[in-house]
Amino acid sequence: MKRRWLIALVLVLIFALSILLPHFGILNLYLQQVIMYVGINIILTISLNLVNGYMGEFSVGHAGFMAIGAYVSSLLTVLVFPKPWGPFVFPLVLVLGGLAAALAGLIVAFPSFKTRGDYLAIVTLAFNMIIKSVLENIDAIGGPRGFMGMSKLTNVAWVYVWVLITIFAIRNFIFSSYGRGILSIREDEVAAELVSVNTRQAKILAFVISSFFAGIAGGLFAHVLQFINPRSFTILKSTDVLVMVYLGGIGSITGSILGASIYTVLLELLRPLQVWRWVVGPLLLVILMITRPRGIFGLREARVLIPAEEVGADAAATS
Amino acid sequence: MQFIIQQVLNALQLGSVYALIALGYTMVYGILRMINFAHGDIFMVSTYLGFFAASFLLGRALHLPAAFTFVLTLVLAMIGTSLLAVLIERVAYKPLRQAPRISAVITALGVGLVLENTTLATIGPEPRILPQVIPVINLNIAGVAVSSIQIVILVISAIVMFVLDTIVRKTMTGMAMRAISFDKTVVPLMGVPMDRIISITFALGSSMAAIGGVLYGIAYMIDPYMGIRIGWWAFISAVVGGIGNIRGAMVGGYILGFVEIFVAAFFPSTYRDFVVFALLLALLVFKPTGIMGVPVVQQKV
Repeated sequence: MKRRWLIALVLVLIFALSILLPHFGILNLYLQQVIMYVGINIILTISLNLVNGYMGEFSVGHAGFMAIGAYVSSLLTVLVFPKPWGPFVFPLVLVLGGLAAALAGLIVAFPSFKTRGDYLAIVTLAFNMIIKSVLENIDAIGGPRGFMGMSKLTNVAWVYVWVLITIFAIRNFIFSSYGRGILSIREDEVAAELVSVNTRQAKILAFVISSFFAGIAGGLFAHVLQFINPRSFTILKSTDVLVMVYLGGIGSITGSILGASIYTVLLELLRPLQVWRWVVGPLLLVILMITRPRGIFGLREARVLIPAEEVGADAAATS
Repeated sequence: MQFIIQQVLNALQLGSVYALIALGYTMVYGILRMINFAHGDIFMVSTYLGFFAASFLLGRALHLPAAFTFVLTLVLAMIGTSLLAVLIERVAYKPLRQAPRISAVITALGVGLVLENTTLATIGPEPRILPQVIPVINLNIAGVAVSSIQIVILVISAIVMFVLDTIVRKTMTGMAMRAISFDKTVVPLMGVPMDRIISITFALGSSMAAIGGVLYGIAYMIDPYMGIRIGWWAFISAVVGGIGNIRGAMVGGYILGFVEIFVAAFFPSTYRDFVVFALLLALLVFKPTGIMGVPVVQQKV
């Protein structure tokens, strides 16, 4: 019980800092931006990890869901709600974007029952390309030129809150009985079905939750940059998220947080190298993969995230 | 009618290139069960090797016969590309053979990014076209424009694919490849040199990509990022045909070439990606393992 209060206290303290530091100008705009990107990438990475790490499928089109969230929420803030309402309706707008992405996740989940493994990769890849292509062809939302006019509604505090919500939701999901079903699909789908896991339902659920949070991340992203175009959500963006997932380690929320933070900050630090940073970054990734094939934190979890009554049991299971 | 024949010709030309690259994906997948995401970028490197080889041969005013220059360009590009692919396999993929399958895939993504950005940083982003290694002759057969380049592309790809198919079906090496693809654990016990066969597979697959690369370079523009799009397209070709199946990859390559050219001919070009991928999804819903693929026994990732 004491541990829980301590965690709550630390989280509230960081929340206060995330409002106060930018307010008093202690964090400059550039640092704020980097922190917000780290947060958005953490949300993306954890949500993709649910499908790729915990369920063991290979989804490669995460940027597609992000695009839906980004476009839906931007359209809502710019065209539907009057501008002064922006800060108040922002959470609602984000959730609506997330729901739209979740709906797309539901649609993608259906063909995924027929295919598995590498073919599922193609289904999600195709979905990503279709979304981008559709966005490029709708002239009302800017087509290939992109869409702008959003006010800068995302701030460090909002990103922080959503990162917490994501961690909380996915962690609780993983340790719920549905979540166990998803873990069992990763280990052996046939056996999972034999012990009466409803694999169809579990897959739908994981896809929908994963795409919901990708949509949220997209909405946050759009309101940081205040400009989106279809090219922000190509397969390259999806690749970035994949890299962060596997860098941190599959099946680990701690790993996702670390992977997203390290990758984002590292690419920021390598900025002075200009073009060469896109050589050095991937090269480091290759070296890391060769030396630690399961990623930094693969299949392990920080104690804070494991329910108290399971700390012992989980350590025994993963060691 | 002439319009249709013209488009068929264009589709065959593009399809040949896709088919040649798809072979590399499908061979590596057949043996290692691994999607070599760096293959598209290996193809890109091969077009640049072809570019430099052709510039070198033509720039020296050696006055070699045109056919000889062209073959030499092809051979140089093939050798360079094979060496690169085997090196990548040895350094980056071999240590991961016992690791989770996905680690190797992510490594391949990383290798691909390194290749394309190194090319971008050293050679520059501007698009180029291969110097004229074969004389361009434009013929007009009953209202259909045929260039010597198209004929060369079609003939060479047909020969190369036939040779590869024969190698895989008739030779001892080919038999070893099929055996490894069938069962990776027992085959080394039979005295099959696994590492050597895997190297040969990578060398063969990337030589196909190099031939495709040089043929692509004499017909279209090349740039450091072309490997991404064409790599994905070729990968999809391999999947459409049934990944792991050599003939399937060829069929898939031509199907994709046809779809792309005909979509571009009858729809606004911005709809190309949309139609290609919608068709792909439809195919996978009805035929989840591709046209010639067989269901793979479910494996642990």
